[in-house]
Amino acid sequence: MRLWTEIVGAIAEAWQELRIHRTRVLLSLIGVGVAVAALTTVVAAGAIVQQAQTETLERQGGRPAHVTLNAYDTATGQQPDPELIEAAFQRVAERYDIGWTSRTFGLGARVQTPYGVVDAGLSLADPDWGVMHRAELVEGEWFTDRDALRLAPPVIVNEYLWRQLGSPPLSSHPTIDVVSGDRPLTVVVVGIVPSPLWDEYPQMHGLTAHMDRFIPREELQYQWPQLELWLPVDNADALMEVVRRDMAGALGEDVQVDAWRDDYLVWGASDPLEFVRLLVAGVGILILLLGALGLLNIALVTIKYRIREIGIRRSFGAGAGRVFFGVMMESVVATAVAGVAGVALSVLAVRILSATLLAEIVQDVPAFPLDAAIFGLVVSVAVGALAGLLPALFAVRVKVIDAIRY
Amino acid sequence: MLLSLRGVTRTVELPDAPPLEILRGVDLDIDEGDHLSIVGRSGSGKSTLLNIVGLIDTPTSGEVELDGVPLSSVGTGRRDRLRGRNVGFVFQQFNLLPGRTALENAETALLYAEGRQFWQRRRIATAMLERVGLGDRLDSTSDQLSGGEQQRVAIARALVRGPRLILADEPTGALDVETGASIMQLLIEVARSTGAALITITHDPNVAGLASRHYRLDRGVLADDAQGLLAAAGVARQLPPAPSPAAIEGGAS
Repeated sequence: MRLWTEIVGAIAEAWQELRIHRTRVLLSLIGVGVAVAALTTVVAAGAIVQQAQTETLERQGGRPAHVTLNAYDTATGQQPDPELIEAAFQRVAERYDIGWTSRTFGLGARVQTPYGVVDAGLSLADPDWGVMHRAELVEGEWFTDRDALRLAPPVIVNEYLWRQLGSPPLSSHPTIDVVSGDRPLTVVVVGIVPSPLWDEYPQMHGLTAHMDRFIPREELQYQWPQLELWLPVDNADALMEVVRRDMAGALGEDVQVDAWRDDYLVWGASDPLEFVRLLVAGVGILILLLGALGLLNIALVTIKYRIREIGIRRSFGAGAGRVFFGVMMESVVATAVAGVAGVALSVLAVRILSATLLAEIVQDVPAFPLDAAIFGLVVSVAVGALAGLLPALFAVRVKVIDAIRY
Repeated sequence: MLLSLRGVTRTVELPDAPPLEILRGVDLDIDEGDHLSIVGRSGSGKSTLLNIVGLIDTPTSGEVELDGVPLSSVGTGRRDRLRGRNVGFVFQQFNLLPGRTALENAETALLYAEGRQFWQRRRIATAMLERVGLGDRLDSTSDQLSGGEQQRVAIARALVRGPRLILADEPTGALDVETGASIMQLLIEVARSTGAALITITHDPNVAGLASRHYRLDRGVLADDAQGLLAAAGVARQLPPAPSPAAIEGGAS
């Protein structure tokens, strides 16, 4: 019961204190709020940039652990029979329960646009490729297994090519005539992938299943597929070696199978994003220290002005614990409120930043990271506790007699 | 016996000088309903004695007993609670909390109470302010009150927990003669009605003369002040008449 009255009493006391000294409180809150906002914004922006950078890297090299296999006959210098490769690849994937695989071909095609026939890049892959490379579309959807059944091969074009086609709505099922094959081919545009500002090359994605429709039959044997696998990161290297060995065993003695990781985690010995992380953490800590110092400064100056008041309260029965708790709570409550305001400010700042600057640099700006908001609140409470500790200790050491005469 | 002091001394260590003896062998017994005055020159140890009696300070040697319990065996936390429960302070400079209303100031002491006193603090503080004639100034902040009114708020604050011992340190020191007289009248009246002991520390022989027991503190030694009593009785006759309730109600500055 006494604890309950102590807590309620301390809250009533702290509320009075905050109300009476609202100008001082507001000033210290502004400092803390701005510091928390800055820190949270840096953390959030850092997380967003990091996320964006990660996604970009994953689009280029695949999601970790991304493994690519290649096979060639050492005796002939040619690739083994494509059907043999495909069969061996499927067996290995089934044996090790690898759920995400793709055969990928990098080709070219000539396509008809309103401006004439143009060369376009043509990337053929299996439907899993979209997930493995985190493919994101401006409009439409990535291929599914059922798309292989279509008579008119579906394609996904980049924005640049789509604009060259006259930006037709996908609901009108726009088509493109491919003129580079040995027979007429009309493909249907089912999706659009974004083109960065610097990308001025028409590009199409299609399905490996439709490969014989894009290139002349006699050229098929000269197309070397890249076999891609998405493996669990933990035992990726060991699994990669087992897959490579099994593939080599299945294709015969003369066939050499190479396997390599090409996701961003293996680019160099260290994490390529480590620098970004360290920079963000460094800036964050610096801002936090400055904010805490400012708050501590204000709190210490304030407590000197409150010595008499503390003495009066103690003369009426306030114990040392109550005085300590009261001063600490004022600080924590104030910084917690400042923290909420700071995080709100940060969300606003990041939203504006996302809509303007970040939108120019990255394609997909992730939502405000919840981690950053929680971090901002925890930091504000911790700063309040730390900044309140010294004044609270000071307040407890105040001698009642001297304080009343202060 | 409410409070007793036996052989109380208080010494302060000074750098590069022999220790300073502020109180020397003070013996004092205080019963409920007593009204004591302690006079003495500045620096004679009056406030130090008041702080020891008020459980704010502890003696260097000697013993202080509250209800027969020696306070030397009581921990700091319990002494804080005993102080809050049993002692009410009235200071010379009022010591109201700045920026707070009269009601909030009177409530302050109840923030450290328990049970009914804590939960009904607003009602109790309001009743006490009405009793000291400030029922219509509840929401006035200290800077909107006259000196006399501020001291009334301080008295209300000192009395809200129903203390058994009221310690008034120069309660009229910052007031003019008439206001001082009305404040003393009020203090004596509420102390009498609650049965609390009242100890007044003062330079003012008029104020000292209102007490029933008189002490003089000289260089740390507390002695009966029979001479002072006679002198005070002489001056007390010259005091203005006690103010009417209407005058108390209106306050004076």
